[in-house]
Amino acid sequence: MPDIVIEIKGLKTWFKTPKGVSKAVDGVSFSIPKGGTFALVGESGCGKSVTALSIIQLIPEPAGYIAGGNIILNNRDIVPLSEREKRDIRGNNISMIFQEPMTSLNPVFTVGDQIVETIMLHQGKSGAEAKAAAIEMFEKVGLPDPAGIFYEYPHRLSGGMRQRVMIAIALACRPDLLIADEPTTALDVTIQDQIIKLIKELQAEMGTAVLLITHNLALVYQNAETVGVMYAGKMAELAPAKALFRDPMHPYTVKLLRSIPGQEKRGKALDTIRGTVPPATSYPAGCHFSGRCPREMEGCAAIEPPLAERAPGHFAACHLHDPEFMAKPWSKPLRHEPDAMPPLSVPHDKRERLLEVKNLKTHYPVRKGLLKRVVGHVKAVDGIDLVVRKGSTLALVGESGCGKTTAGKSIIQLIRPTSGEIVFKGRELTRVKESELKPVRSLMQIIFQDPYSSLNPRLTIKDTIEEGVRALKTGLDKKGRLDKVTEVLERVGLTADMMWRYPHEFSGGQRQRIGIARALAVDPEFIVCDEAVSALDVSVQAQILNLLKSIQRDFGLSFLFITHDLAVVEYIADEVAVMYAGKIVERGTTEEIFSNPRHDYTKKLLSAIPRLDPGLVSAWKLPDHKPGR
Amino acid sequence: MLTYIIRRILYAVPIILGVNILTAVLFFYVNTPDDMARKILGEKNVTPAAIENWKRDHGYNLPAFLNAGEKGTAKLTQTVFFQKSVPLLWFDFGRSDRNNIDIGNEIRHRMWPSLAISVPMFVIGVVIDLFLAMMLAYYRGTYLDLWGLFLGVAMMSVSTLFYIIGGQYFLGKVLKLFPVSGYDTGLYSAKFIILPVVIGIISTVGSGVRFYRTVFLEEINKDYIRTARAKGLSEGKVLFKHALKNAMIPVLTNVVVSIPFLFYGSLIMETFFAIPGLGNFTIEAIQAQDFAIVRSMVYLGSILYIVGLILTDISYTLVDPRVRFE
Repeated sequence: MPDIVIEIKGLKTWFKTPKGVSKAVDGVSFSIPKGGTFALVGESGCGKSVTALSIIQLIPEPAGYIAGGNIILNNRDIVPLSEREKRDIRGNNISMIFQEPMTSLNPVFTVGDQIVETIMLHQGKSGAEAKAAAIEMFEKVGLPDPAGIFYEYPHRLSGGMRQRVMIAIALACRPDLLIADEPTTALDVTIQDQIIKLIKELQAEMGTAVLLITHNLALVYQNAETVGVMYAGKMAELAPAKALFRDPMHPYTVKLLRSIPGQEKRGKALDTIRGTVPPATSYPAGCHFSGRCPREMEGCAAIEPPLAERAPGHFAACHLHDPEFMAKPWSKPLRHEPDAMPPLSVPHDKRERLLEVKNLKTHYPVRKGLLKRVVGHVKAVDGIDLVVRKGSTLALVGESGCGKTTAGKSIIQLIRPTSGEIVFKGRELTRVKESELKPVRSLMQIIFQDPYSSLNPRLTIKDTIEEGVRALKTGLDKKGRLDKVTEVLERVGLTADMMWRYPHEFSGGQRQRIGIARALAVDPEFIVCDEAVSALDVSVQAQILNLLKSIQRDFGLSFLFITHDLAVVEYIADEVAVMYAGKIVERGTTEEIFSNPRHDYTKKLLSAIPRLDPGLVSAWKLPDHKPGR
Repeated sequence: MLTYIIRRILYAVPIILGVNILTAVLFFYVNTPDDMARKILGEKNVTPAAIENWKRDHGYNLPAFLNAGEKGTAKLTQTVFFQKSVPLLWFDFGRSDRNNIDIGNEIRHRMWPSLAISVPMFVIGVVIDLFLAMMLAYYRGTYLDLWGLFLGVAMMSVSTLFYIIGGQYFLGKVLKLFPVSGYDTGLYSAKFIILPVVIGIISTVGSGVRFYRTVFLEEINKDYIRTARAKGLSEGKVLFKHALKNAMIPVLTNVVVSIPFLFYGSLIMETFFAIPGLGNFTIEAIQAQDFAIVRSMVYLGSILYIVGLILTDISYTLVDPRVRFE
């Protein structure tokens, strides 16, 4: 192999928990050559980040520990080293950038201090030399006015700039390995694109090996040479990127790929994975994916599949590809899910208008000075026009801060707009008094982004859902309300007995279902989905998108889908409005916008998103069950 | 930043006015001068004439807030409120009801013994609390942390009175290390100061360490600490440089607000150790039913609290650049 920088062999990172030993990483092996990019993908909780923290030796002790395996950096195993020796490696030979640029920098020190610290620590430079090196590094990562930024505090910089600072700190000592843990997830698409390009550029210049951790598969497709798919602490599949996307072998990889929304999947349901990831304290004895696998065989839950080479350079840990296993009697299929996804489309009348927004403006006053006088206005929404048709989905896209959330809230009158007209079912809303809005409130609902913080932790699910019903559907008595709660919970795929539980007892996907149930309970006709699926893992996101589409079909609902995720838009929206700096810059049907964008900003936005080749999608087939001879 | 400080100080103006009015309502309306006179002259066998005499002698014979019998501004100025409460705004405390002493002068003299006890108790206490809390945070999750925490909870569960009486008995009476109570002038006061200071620190160390430890642990779990560790910094540097400066923000909230109160002394400590400070002054006034002194001290306490809050807001600008640049 050409110059292997880092080799991970059988890494096991375990945590002691009250429920037993949690095997977050349970035997993972891979290596990265000089200048190479290895991507680790998988859903949250599968062990990606723990793998990364193990490599940089930052597992939270004493609960977590490396239970086995080797981490070989430049031919030296770093697991048995002393804490002192490990410190010399961290930030110097191996460095890391994190997902949250907003919180990863220390708020009370200048960014200059924070990079100089690393340089002085590892390179023994004097203060003045380190400062010169730091400014050079800031220039390299494309920060404007590097000498001036040196004295800035993190809160004065934007998210993209902070991530550039993080990259500068990470690469200041020219490390052999850069670990990038979801480096772009918290950033806007156009910034994402710049950050990835920057990492690639500096990687080429310095010959750094990069371990890219992400759940964005399209990003991986375009940027990594080799990909490892992790599931429940194990490597399910490991292959060159192009081979993996052309011919995924492991059923988990196939399922994961097919749950990504996209234009090719319009009109069909997205693929989902049954059940949930088993807790790391109680994996099945055999294949960790057994129990959820669409092609499970009788022996799968008991016999562990080895990660074996099934094509040149293409490794998969699945018995389906093992002729020897397939010849055994326990290869009898236990489950056989179909390959094709059922159709899921929502027919609607293209002409009937449910909601019309005319020249809507929402301005916030800016107060300054000793007396906090109003010195100006933030024009969050500055004159937008929208039309939502009955039974259809309008997507409002744009970057963070463009005003799309304010627009959504203004439309359903959660914020009263400054001026403009909102006509809903023939009734103008902006001049209606708050007390008279009640009948309209039940027809317009909203689902929020964060399923963790938007449910009151002190209320049971029943109370949360019933509260809205009691306020807006005054005709119902106690029994009627309870029936309603039961009905909506069952409609969103939960069970009636769950209504007595509290939010913390549910997973992220379930909480988002509760959010949908809460909105549905008052029989709305129009729902604003404010980044409703953005915080979810791709397979859970697929389930929620399927659910949203099916309730839209069954109840004839109209959606305003506020999002920055263009793959979701491509999949679900009938029409798209692109928002930039408080104004709509382009409107049209989804096909028009995506195939023939006219405004420069739309073009920029579309070219910034990483994409999978459309041809690949049809090739994603579950492996056949071929009985051995 | 200057506008920030000026605004904070301007905010205090209406609050101080409000406090002044509220104290006046409490002392002249809820508890009327008639009640005061009756209490001071003895509850039984008090003639209405004696009450009127007492009120006239002590300047309480005017109406509380509005004198309908006068004309023009005198309607407002010829009132108990204007004569007795408004001068508090420029710290004119007037004279005491019982023995006609100058309250302002008394406060100026009595604050020194209070400061002699409270300043060392506060400074040494905060340093010890922070140091122990850092140590527990450094050794978090180990037996040292566990036992330290256990001891802290145990110590804060015991009443202050137990520490005072136990300390006086054991260190003062049995071991004869320090005098049990009392005070002296100048440097001779040192031997009287040590015991209350030590006991004061011991009685608060449990809750202090527990609070600061929580603050540190919260900082330690933040993302920027992970970044600092990923740079290869030593754990000591991570804690004492990166975590400490951030932890100072909640710590200051807790600490700075109590700095003005150092003048005020401690009611319990000064009484038990017979320190002639302001705490003792207040207790004596309460026992003697001297409402002029009690009113002055209540008002002074409120003002010190407001000053404490302003100082806290200003101190944020020293440690938090996000406030400094606002």
